[in-house]
Amino acid sequence: MKVKYFEVVRTAAVILIALFLAFIIISLVSEQPLESIRIFLWEPLNTKGHIGNVIEMAIPLMFTGLAVSLLFKANLFNLGAEGLFYFSGVIAATLAIHLTLNSFMHPFVAILAGSLVGALLSAIPGILKAKWNVNELVSSLMFNNILFGIGLYILNYKLRDAQAFAAVSFKFEQTAMLTKLLPGTRIHTGLIIVLVLIVAAHFFLYKTKWGYEIRMTGANREFAQYSGMKTAKVIILVHLIAGFIAGMGGSVEVLGMYSRFQWSALPGYGLDGALVAMLAKNNPFSVIGAALFLAYIRIGADQMARFSDVPAEMISIVQAIIILLISAEQFLKFWKNRMLLKEAQRNV
Amino acid sequence: MSSLFDVIFTTEFAFSVLRVTTPILFAALGALISNRAGIINIGLEGIMLVAALTGVIASAYTGSAWLGLTGAVMAGTLIAGVLAFFTLKFKTHIILGGVAINMFASGGTVFILYLLSGDKGSSTSLPSKVLPTLDIPLLKDIPVLGPILSGHNVLTYMSILAVFVVYYLLKRTPLGLRIRSVGENPQAAQSVGVSVVKVQYTALLLSGFFAGLGGAYMSMGYLSLFTRDMIAGRGWIAIAAESMGRSTTVGTTLTSLLFGTADALANALQVLKIPAELIGTLPYVTTVIGLVIYAVSESRMRGKKLKEKG
Repeated sequence: MKVKYFEVVRTAAVILIALFLAFIIISLVSEQPLESIRIFLWEPLNTKGHIGNVIEMAIPLMFTGLAVSLLFKANLFNLGAEGLFYFSGVIAATLAIHLTLNSFMHPFVAILAGSLVGALLSAIPGILKAKWNVNELVSSLMFNNILFGIGLYILNYKLRDAQAFAAVSFKFEQTAMLTKLLPGTRIHTGLIIVLVLIVAAHFFLYKTKWGYEIRMTGANREFAQYSGMKTAKVIILVHLIAGFIAGMGGSVEVLGMYSRFQWSALPGYGLDGALVAMLAKNNPFSVIGAALFLAYIRIGADQMARFSDVPAEMISIVQAIIILLISAEQFLKFWKNRMLLKEAQRNV
Repeated sequence: MSSLFDVIFTTEFAFSVLRVTTPILFAALGALISNRAGIINIGLEGIMLVAALTGVIASAYTGSAWLGLTGAVMAGTLIAGVLAFFTLKFKTHIILGGVAINMFASGGTVFILYLLSGDKGSSTSLPSKVLPTLDIPLLKDIPVLGPILSGHNVLTYMSILAVFVVYYLLKRTPLGLRIRSVGENPQAAQSVGVSVVKVQYTALLLSGFFAGLGGAYMSMGYLSLFTRDMIAGRGWIAIAAESMGRSTTVGTTLTSLLFGTADALANALQVLKIPAELIGTLPYVTTVIGLVIYAVSESRMRGKKLKEKG
């Protein structure tokens, strides 16, 4: 065992513990635990449709996971992706309803508008942090609720279709909706967009000067400042980019998966993004795997709720355990120390 | 406009302000204690939700509202204990720990509710109990004040009492002194022999205790049953209130009352067709503005001091 593999092993251990816990919960509540566990583990891969579900679910998680990763990388505890995701979705939906464009320009314009709004709104906590050191966590949490209130107002008073039976918007124009990639699934072109974004983010973070400045500011803002970086600018820049990505995620999700806007509560993808970022250790490429994993266990839980007697909400308990353990610095630390000691002895 | 005043200047409205302030005030006091010890507990929303459900379950199975309340408070304290264990022992990041608690609560409560009642929406099938309301003798006969102050749920009176308890606790007791010193400078506190971890444990448990009271009020006073996601942002408003109140007991209490008024207003104005969605954002908007004003004046002061020195 090498120390450098420690983080990988630790992540694997956390996932195993969480899955083990899931099995225990299932065994406690289910009449036929083995069958339930089988559904939970295998059903997401069983049919093409289910694999499609996993990938569809992973798309928004990749967007928010990537956005949160960038913020965390700059050591900014901003949880605003939640509100931005929602509000940009409202913006994209509004344009999807009211614009008349061809089927290439329509989603392009709607998504771009949603992303830009996301970037601008995200910049507010960023500027407040950079200029006056306003705690970005508290301000971003407040913004989540503000954006949700305004978004819900727009839905209920401006977009709502009185003919429909539920609180949903008018139908989007056919031209606005994203193209499906695979027949038999709902996987849409958003998948390509997010994968391109992830590659771009990796390149940006590790191969450009700006990316370097973000990482340095994250590692130690004061040191970065003394070495001549304008950290205030860097903080605003990260907020702009992260807001852009989160906003794009919300817009893509709305246009890719729905034909009407129908979120009357925050969808939760922003906070899930924090979980994805943690599992991915804030690394853009790892975001793909982390998002797929999370989507996998969720679809598994959904299927289990459908075909057995275990409610799907079980998964939120598993998620909570993963977050608590994965961000626990001390968890398995003794083991790392022992490995370090062994390696040191070998080198002597 | 005159109809607006008709709504506000009534004893019913003043009564409803106290009614909706109660859960916010409890949770805000919880946020206050943990923040003074230097740890921000953003899991309040989730703690309240778990406590609300536990209160309903415990009172339904024991047949006693008071045992229900005890159960709710114990559940709140327990969840805060789990958060404390992970953040203080395992060094989980406190914010992420709070996110985990909220995630656990929003799904976990539905999970347990479904197992016990077969319903994912509300606890209508559980025969849960409600905490009593109190008519205060003498006071209830005074015009205007009587209808406003008398006849509230017993927890509403406890929340007012809790303000004084927390004030006394933080200002006048050795524990309060330790909590404040740990929050202001943990190293200095450690150096004079205060166990930082122990104090932070206590503070987090207390914050869970108060949030638990707030949660119990929601399902056993404000309403008489548990419904899915019934806390509906009150935990966040409490954090906002604490932050607007600049981490003082008096400030936190006053902002809680202010936000409670905004909440009551949102309910009352629905009659006048003023969108509740927008009024609901008022506490958060006020908090952001408050934070900015404070931070700007703070950085101005620092700038001045630097200039004077230079």
